Amino acid sequence: MVTTPWDNEFTQRVKAQFGDDLKEAASYLGQNFFVAKPESVIGLIEFLRDEEEFDYLVDITAVHWPKREDSQFDLVYVLYSFARNERIRVKTMLRDGDRVRTAVDVHPTANWLEREVYDMFGIQFIGHPDLKRILMPEEWTGFPLRKELGITAMDNRWVQENLGIESGQ
Amino acid sequence: MAQTFLDANELVINMGPQHPSTHGVLRVILKLDGEKVNGTECVIGYLHRGVEKIAENRTWAQFAPYVDRMDYVAAVSNGLGYCLAVEKLLNVEAPPRAQVIRVILTELNRIASHLLWLGTHALDVGAITPLFYTMREREYALEIFEKYCGARLTTHAFRIGGCQYEIYEDFEKDVKRFCDVFLPKVDEYEQLLTGNRMWVSRLQNVGILTAEQCKAYGVTGPLIRAAGVEWDLRRAQPYSGYEKYEFQIPTRQNGDTYDRYMVRMEEMRQSVRILRQAVEGIPEGPIMAKVPKVIKPPVGEAYVSIEAPKGELGYYVVSDGGLNPYRVRVRPPSFVNLQALEPMAKGALVADVVAIIGTIDIVLGEVDR
Repeated sequence: MVTTPWDNEFTQRVKAQFGDDLKEAASYLGQNFFVAKPESVIGLIEFLRDEEEFDYLVDITAVHWPKREDSQFDLVYVLYSFARNERIRVKTMLRDGDRVRTAVDVHPTANWLEREVYDMFGIQFIGHPDLKRILMPEEWTGFPLRKELGITAMDNRWVQENLGIESGQ
Repeated sequence: MAQTFLDANELVINMGPQHPSTHGVLRVILKLDGEKVNGTECVIGYLHRGVEKIAENRTWAQFAPYVDRMDYVAAVSNGLGYCLAVEKLLNVEAPPRAQVIRVILTELNRIASHLLWLGTHALDVGAITPLFYTMREREYALEIFEKYCGARLTTHAFRIGGCQYEIYEDFEKDVKRFCDVFLPKVDEYEQLLTGNRMWVSRLQNVGILTAEQCKAYGVTGPLIRAAGVEWDLRRAQPYSGYEKYEFQIPTRQNGDTYDRYMVRMEEMRQSVRILRQAVEGIPEGPIMAKVPKVIKPPVGEAYVSIEAPKGELGYYVVSDGGLNPYRVRVRPPSFVNLQALEPMAKGALVADVVAIIGTIDIVLGEVDR
């Protein structure tokens, strides 16, 4: 991805606040995003909400990059500010098994969104009030949106026990 | 002393998944104190088909029909959002003629979606008549879809880069006639409901969500507008040439179920206004932009969102330069809005929960994906 640097008064303020914890401020196709270290990403979202009016957490999602050596997951937060009519993304890179602080106490809407990320990718959120599966059955094993699972992969044990058939395929 | 179930203060019961007023397979666990709701918990996923996984195993163009199966009541909006997201990645824009056709069909679909909501919402609350009326008018809109692309619900009306089909001969005439016929019908529905004492007493001050709560819970669409926030993506971040049309963003102040009803009614009128402007000036020209036969967007990512009938519908698309999407994330309005059921239903009565589920306007196909 060929990004261009994103530099203005706003990013200067954020950089002054977070220093080295903010790894990148870039722009692609006119859409701006920050890349932050996992331990400070919630702090950044909180700062953006309180100081910069980004009061609406649009979405949380993840992307699995199994071949990347240092970090296998991108965790993406989409933020929007009603007052500024501006949309940005906050990204952080995680290793498989890394845990990240929950955003529920900053934005209540994170509750279900984080549950879905956990359900699909197995990323754990520290301090989430009720981190359990949301779309898949609760006893299901495996995280469907991880790349190592093919489209026909399923939890055959669950299928046999609950549906009374050999396999769903 | 041993407690019997009569001593227990809290009674836990299941509403759904097989319940007519949950609009599909939604299960709500209600914690009740008599008639009063102390808490709710939604159990969803019964309709989960793994749409996002399917996307990774289809080409960019092949995935487009699948998005129609999420919010199948507003399939045209789903398709538009996906096409816009891929077009953003490809850095192309649909030609003007295609954009106007897109606006006409999405606004027709907004009306169709709101009509289905109105009919079923009224039915849930106990007013049976409006359903027959709304279904009748919705049929006219679906007929236009059918004539345009052969399908009524899962239309797959648009393609990446524009539209597949030219408009048919009487398209403009049909849309104009729809506008003329439909507008007075909105008054007719209002005559049945707006001043109806039972309707008002069932809806007013039920399921209040303030503007602050809406923002905190990420609630968008008619729900946030009913709480007094004049925010509509068609105005805030226009796409497909929406900046060219004159329309109002209806808002109300109380944020209750009644206000959401009023907002949606006014939205239908505004959609007619947009339709009339759009159909007057369909420009000549091509309907497809120059898009390669084999779509391979460059490595990158984009988040594009539109104002679907139910709220902000977003697509976060990631390309690794290959034939298939590397990741397609759908940000469904129904899923996020449904989360606000808990704060809305707390302290309400069981019968109000039915009204509140109706007012969120969920489609489970989109919640579960």
